[in-house]
Amino acid sequence: MKTKSKLTKILKIIIFWLVIAFLFQRFFPERFPLAQEMSSRYIKEMLMIFPAVLVIMGLADVWVPTSLVKKYLGEKSGLKGKIFSFFLGTLPTGPMYIAFPIAGELLRKKASLSNVIIFLGVWASLKIPQLGVEIQFIGLKFSVLRFIFTSISILLISSLMEKIIKGENLELNN
Amino acid sequence: MTNLGDNKIVALIINLTALILLAVSFKYSTKKSKKALKIALNKGLELAPALISIVAVIGIIFAFLPPEVIRNYLGADFNLIQVAAAALFGAVMMIPSLIALPLAGSLIDAGASYTPVAAFITTLTMVGFVTIPVEIKELGKKITFYRNFFALIFAVIISFLIGVFM
Repeated sequence: MKTKSKLTKILKIIIFWLVIAFLFQRFFPERFPLAQEMSSRYIKEMLMIFPAVLVIMGLADVWVPTSLVKKYLGEKSGLKGKIFSFFLGTLPTGPMYIAFPIAGELLRKKASLSNVIIFLGVWASLKIPQLGVEIQFIGLKFSVLRFIFTSISILLISSLMEKIIKGENLELNN
Repeated sequence: MTNLGDNKIVALIINLTALILLAVSFKYSTKKSKKALKIALNKGLELAPALISIVAVIGIIFAFLPPEVIRNYLGADFNLIQVAAAALFGAVMMIPSLIALPLAGSLIDAGASYTPVAAFITTLTMVGFVTIPVEIKELGKKITFYRNFFALIFAVIISFLIGVFM
């Protein structure tokens, strides 16, 4: 999408919500101040954090190309490999649909299944910018607990899957 | 959002990190850094409509849903079915987490328990029913099935553990 059409879309959304806000204020004047207060509080919160998060993601996009991730993920094995897969997953790079093709390619190159599963799990749920936003809006304790339990779960899932699937035909498309 | 002091510290740390990384990046390559800023701007413009809508919806939720209603459905007296429903909801939805997290935070502010919110966030990120066709194409049926199946079950376990420790 071109920048101009993106801006038009933003403008349309703003006008749409302004109309809703106007109607809201007219028909529910006693409820409107609360809505206004909560919305402006969240706008402030978002402005405080989102530009920085986006800059970090942009920088990661430029400096940590997926080719680099691929190169290192396929190489190492054992505990080192697991730690490395975990670390690569936390890097602020791209959405899930980018991770699947990387994972597929690694499996075809005979990378360890558990490492690929760890990488996918961490990529999906424990990305660094995402954690920052989570701490900001939900809280540090929640984020730390979720990080710990999710990490353990991902490790368990990866070894369970390796045991179940080991030696079976993966039916991968080449 | 319950503790605004904490939030400012988090925001400060993230902003400082971004500034330092940006400075280092500019030191090595102006071209790459400009490209990174352009990517960030584009991504921001892309997310903006959804973010604006979420902010508006949060206002409406707080104005119209009395905290008792949210507490009744997502509050302290939840059961396994509610948590499973929250987990399934997260598995089916395709919302970028950058947008879902503020909404989840607002639900907690309004009286929701941490457990269903944790189930939602965990499956939202780890399980993707919508992306299953892509996943099957890249990883095969077996891996896709087991990965999503285990992630769904562990999401419920994770969320109950978070509920216990919060």
